[in-house]
Amino acid sequence: MEYFLQQLINGITLGSIYGLIAIGYTMVYGIIGMINFAHGEIFMIGSFIALTAFLVLASLGITFLPLVLLIILIVAMGFTALWGWSIERVAYRPLRGSFRLAPLITAIGMSIFLQNFVQVTQGARIKPLPPQITGGVTLLSSSDGIVVQLSTMQMIIIVTTVVLMAGFTTVINRTSLGRQQRACEQDQKMAALLGVNVDRTISLTFVMGAGLAAVAGIMYLLYYGVIDFYIGFLAGVKAFTAAVLGGIGSLPGAMLGGLAIGLIETFWSGYFSVEYKDVAAFSILAIVLIFMPSGLLGRPEVEKV
Amino acid sequence: MSAVMVEEGMKGAPLLSVRGVETFYGKIQALRGIDIDVYEGEIVTMIGANGAGKSTLMMTICGNPQARNGQVIYRGEDITRLPTHTIMAKSIAQSPEGRRIFGRMTVMENLQMGALLQDEAYFDDDLRQVFELFPRLRERQGQRGGTLSGGEQQMLAIGRALMSRPRLLLLDEPSLGLAPLIVKQIFDAIRELNQSQGLTVFLVEQNAFHALRLAHRGYVMVNGAITMSGTGRELLAREEVRSAYLEGGAH
Repeated sequence: MEYFLQQLINGITLGSIYGLIAIGYTMVYGIIGMINFAHGEIFMIGSFIALTAFLVLASLGITFLPLVLLIILIVAMGFTALWGWSIERVAYRPLRGSFRLAPLITAIGMSIFLQNFVQVTQGARIKPLPPQITGGVTLLSSSDGIVVQLSTMQMIIIVTTVVLMAGFTTVINRTSLGRQQRACEQDQKMAALLGVNVDRTISLTFVMGAGLAAVAGIMYLLYYGVIDFYIGFLAGVKAFTAAVLGGIGSLPGAMLGGLAIGLIETFWSGYFSVEYKDVAAFSILAIVLIFMPSGLLGRPEVEKV
Repeated sequence: MSAVMVEEGMKGAPLLSVRGVETFYGKIQALRGIDIDVYEGEIVTMIGANGAGKSTLMMTICGNPQARNGQVIYRGEDITRLPTHTIMAKSIAQSPEGRRIFGRMTVMENLQMGALLQDEAYFDDDLRQVFELFPRLRERQGQRGGTLSGGEQQMLAIGRALMSRPRLLLLDEPSLGLAPLIVKQIFDAIRELNQSQGLTVFLVEQNAFHALRLAHRGYVMVNGAITMSGTGRELLAREEVRSAYLEGGAH
């Protein structure tokens, strides 16, 4: 029981990170029907920016942790959002209205470019960051010595994710900006006829997705303590899987899918084998898609006209 | 054409003026030099068969697609090359072909989208007016757009367009696919808006009989060109119009 609870906590933590990245995939897919394969790299860039900011702040002698975290959050989200915006502007917008595969190929190209760019400019070696946030609470401890721990870092990750997702859902469902995004998602031509600046709305979608990926990048950096130029690939593939599992295009689906993938991976590692955790995640995806082709919360392709 | 020009001469500059507009889809020419004028306070209709280019003209006025040659002038300003969202911000609204309701948004959200360009202070007033015009929408306000009937969707499309407080309302085939009773309701609503608020309406229709009876003036479009124009009554009386568009159509 204790072991199960511990895995549950670990799984939710991992799922939170996946979920935040998955939102970027699902929103971009929703609005322009394209898989942004460079999104994993955006996440990676977010964690590199966070690391750089850490080092800069440390060299400036700013060590008060809450302040450091706040500054890093703002800096990483800001700069990563700028990357997201630029990528859309440079690589995707010129191809809008082109044949369907064009933006997909470009996205893969962009992904490779970003990986290599970071590798060349930052070096290929792993970058460690000493643990910044330590401690935690022991929730349970059994007689045979197994303890259930919820670390402070895990608490921060879970709480931040819940707050961000709640905020984000509110923006999409309740604000004018969110309505404009949903309008573009359903019918760009009509949205323009109502005065929506479609290009701007699409840019904003990339900016928002990149901002959330940056938060995931910071969490990853703080939680695992090591990053390299390649972390975006697997995290990206997992988050993409999460988005598809939840039903691509669906916001709650991305959150649920992220959580599901995180839990599957963690439990599989905990009870069966660490080596096959990715196989487990992808197998479950395959099985779900066989029975529910549009994912857990996705909507069927066919719509009443 | 000349008879129309004389009549228009008294009214000053037109609200909307389309001059020699040619629109292409790739190499295919959809509009072959269209000239029309719509004056403040008028209901003007454009009738024509399927595929004549009526909807293309509507969309060309709104800049999507843009005219390759010619000019669209609104209140004295050349809007031909402006992006759609900028054109719509100049108090033009369109209820487009096929209604284009946001099916996964509620009726209320659709109306909120319509009010996007307008000051929020007007929202409650405008909403009440739309609900007075189409009481059905009030009952359905929490329902998803995609679940409405065709007639209700048409009412929503017009209501949504009205929420932006337009000076010029472009209506593309509001009667398409609707039962005669609903068509009458919608045309009555258009007449009411024109008479009580002085709203200028440019109406594209296949339903020539109703459209010409409603409109002050009309144009007939064939294969991307204007072939006839005149007052609604004049056009209704013309043999070519009767045989081409009204055979069995006066239901």
